[in-house]
Amino acid sequence: MSTLEVQGLAKAFGGVQAVDGVSFALAEGELLAMIGPNGAGKSTCFNMLNGQLRPDEGSIRFRGRELAGLAPRRVWRLGIGRTFQITATFASMTVLENVQMGLISHRRGFSGLLGRAGALYREEAAALLARVGMTEQAERACGVLAYGDLKRVELAVALSNDPGLLLMDEPTAGMAPAERVELMGLTAAIVRERGIAVLFTEHDMDVVFAHADRIIVLNRGALVAQGSPAEVRDDARVREIYLGSAAAGAGAS
Amino acid sequence: MILVQFLTGLASAASLFLVAAGLSIIFGVTRIVNFAHGSFYMLGAYIAYSLVQRLGGGPLGFWGAVLLAALAVGAIGVVVEVLVLRRIYRAPELFQLLATFGVVLVVQDLSQWIWGPEDLLGPRAPGLDGAVQIFGEYLPEYDLALIALSPLVLGGLWLLFHRTRWGTLVRAATQDREMVAALGVNQAWLFTSVFFLGAFLAGLGGAAQLPKGGADLLIDLNIIAAAFVVVVVGGMGSITGAFLAAVLIGELNAFGILVFPEITLVLMFLVMAVVLVIRPWGLMGKPETPGHARAGPAEPLLAPAGRHHRWAWLALLAVLLVLPAVAGDFTLVLAMEILIAALFAYSLHFIMGPGGMVSFGHAAYFGLGAYGAALLVHHLAVPMELALVAGPVLAGFGALLFGWFCVRLSGVYFAMLTLAFAQITWSVAFQWYGFTGGDDGLLGVWPAEWASARAAYYYLVLVLTAGGILFLRGTIFARFGYAIRAGRDSPLRADAIGIDVQRHQWMAFALAGILAGLAGALYAFSKGSVFPDELSIPRSVDALVMVLLGGVQTLSGPLFGAAAFTWLQDTISRLEFWRLILGITIIVLVVLFPQGLGGVFRQVEERLRGGAAEAERAP
Ligand SMILES: Nc1ncnc2c1ncn2[C@@H]1O[C@H](COP(=O)(O)OP(=O)(O)OP(=O)(O)O)[C@@H](O)[C@H]1O
Ligand SMILES: [Mg+2]
Repeated sequence: MSTLEVQGLAKAFGGVQAVDGVSFALAEGELLAMIGPNGAGKSTCFNMLNGQLRPDEGSIRFRGRELAGLAPRRVWRLGIGRTFQITATFASMTVLENVQMGLISHRRGFSGLLGRAGALYREEAAALLARVGMTEQAERACGVLAYGDLKRVELAVALSNDPGLLLMDEPTAGMAPAERVELMGLTAAIVRERGIAVLFTEHDMDVVFAHADRIIVLNRGALVAQGSPAEVRDDARVREIYLGSAAAGAGAS
Repeated sequence: MILVQFLTGLASAASLFLVAAGLSIIFGVTRIVNFAHGSFYMLGAYIAYSLVQRLGGGPLGFWGAVLLAALAVGAIGVVVEVLVLRRIYRAPELFQLLATFGVVLVVQDLSQWIWGPEDLLGPRAPGLDGAVQIFGEYLPEYDLALIALSPLVLGGLWLLFHRTRWGTLVRAATQDREMVAALGVNQAWLFTSVFFLGAFLAGLGGAAQLPKGGADLLIDLNIIAAAFVVVVVGGMGSITGAFLAAVLIGELNAFGILVFPEITLVLMFLVMAVVLVIRPWGLMGKPETPGHARAGPAEPLLAPAGRHHRWAWLALLAVLLVLPAVAGDFTLVLAMEILIAALFAYSLHFIMGPGGMVSFGHAAYFGLGAYGAALLVHHLAVPMELALVAGPVLAGFGALLFGWFCVRLSGVYFAMLTLAFAQITWSVAFQWYGFTGGDDGLLGVWPAEWASARAAYYYLVLVLTAGGILFLRGTIFARFGYAIRAGRDSPLRADAIGIDVQRHQWMAFALAGILAGLAGALYAFSKGSVFPDELSIPRSVDALVMVLLGGVQTLSGPLFGAAAFTWLQDTISRLEFWRLILGITIIVLVVLFPQGLGGVFRQVEERLRGGAAEAERAP
């Protein structure tokens, strides 16, 4: 059974059909890249998957459960982690505490008025931070970290609920090229060892072709191609989309 | 009868609309919620009163006075903008609101000094002092003039905004301030002129209602609370929305008098509630686009007290414990007041600091606690112990009810709504004479026999306030406290890791209400009486000032803020113009230290430590 099954997903903003009947599936442990030129509808798709937007039409099934219309916090509770295009962390907490928050939420919830939350799940949080290479920064405030490090923290937080699926919208946006490949390599290694499926969007084709098992291509809200990296690379329509719109070349945008 | 009542409602909507429109226009361009707008309205009424006396009561004299009063208030608005607001456009919203509240205090004392404390009866409008008969009912002729005023002003504003270059600029600035700056428009001039227009409208509203309502020293806060309701219901920044909401509220008041004469404001509350549930951003407003990150300085890390701080707290507690043995009555009473104020301030700090919700109506829960206890003692003669529980419980229910609506909004909208709820609660206590004793308050609320000695009651206060404060501090570091801090730091991320932000904010609001209620109940028994003042806006602002004095970002702040403020107020309230002094102090503090005193202390501390800013942890 697929981990994620998306059927006929659609969303319009006013007159703009941002996403137009998109269907695809994600196998367990698969790394699927969603690519497409600017404005293709990738973020809109993502926001429907993670609950930030309610789809006009279509169904999203995660391990057989319908997600469409659920709030983000419910989506998370079902075992889906996410990172943001522009990082979102708790600035008044340490790196370690940020990860502890995810663990506390996953295991106990937040209704306790007594006891020190800071003492909960420290070892587990430290282990996650070690995995993303952030051990040395564990006691620093999230508000003062470099951007690339924030991305790592987000990854650790996203892993804190033992997810079966990670959603990553432009995980490497705003980073230097070398750092991008490295971060995506780290992500790929982690999800492979844990059998987590990943859906990510990305503009950097080097990153995409280095790590994706499969690629789906969106253009003007519709799915125009899907397949292995090699198949997509050779697809005539994909070439046309990318070469036709000069601005969206293989580089960063 | 229905028609006449309807027309009465329309007439009363006029001044409300004028004030709300001015408020909205100023907010649209400058992003400042002008607390002093009610003061402009009050000044309009007073100045028109004096001018009518000077110019005589003929048609020219009366209408001339109304217009001149409005122009004069516009000019006063310009002075306020240039002297105060221009310096704080970049300060956090909270400080801007506080500075404009400083203006409220200053205007109150100056008005009392110039026009005296008695209510002034408005002059009659020449030629319109009769009544017209409609279906056998009488409607004052002047009401017809007021009914005509709102559409005229609405039309005039529309022409101004759509047919003049200035209006186009104002609309552009409302949409996007940076763009106007980029166009090379003189921004300072634009802001000043907008302020003139807004103040002019408020002054016009105050002057125009003079024949109906006269002038007194309470109308400033009454009208501003009503105007906040109008703006929240109508949608911030929308003039048409303000018009619709003003008419709605005016009609509600007109018909409410027939149905529910004692507490018309309850109806207003119900309508506001319905509107906010269906359209949280108001009838004609646009939804706020959720911001990714909050503006303002980054929050420092928060950590439990270290060993040194813990010793300091214990030492303080020891001093407080032996105080009755060494200090006289005066000191003991002051210490009690400080302890109660500190609990009140901590309860506000809890939602403001970790929760990130700035309430301008926290006195509602202090007052509900005080009234809850006092009403039980007064009407049912229940023992003190029970009343001390019942007061906070009532406050908690009030906070649950009001908070449910408030947490749906954020930022200044949240502040305005909390203030409106507090003012509604105040009005109920003020108007419902048979139950609450109205202005006369409730007397004879004395402690039980065993606690009636001053030292005994002092120990009771000490135990309960210290317990409450420790409980709140503990909560901040418990899971619940982390959750509300997460909601403040990044609602997006909090939601993404499974936190129901609104629900936690709601619960925090209720918890803060309960502890404010405990402070209120203790206060009632310490004074032996309660008055509507306990619920009033100035008391809400007291708490804000205490928290800000101590610094929002520190955990010991509210205690020091409460001590400093209570002592200061105790000292200056003996002076004749203490509101003036307090108002000017607030304004000066905000203008000089737009980041708050706490921020200044932290900067100094950081400098002393050689800029080890990062290792810095709030005490
Ligand atoms: N909230 C919104 N309101 C109106 N239109 C929107 C909204 N969000 C997206 N759109 C429109 O929907 C279309 C798809 O946008 P989307 O952000 O999903 O594209 P994208 O593939 O993520 O682009 P990029 O690569 O630039 O991030 C665009 O035409 C965009 O203008
Ligand atoms: Mg995008």
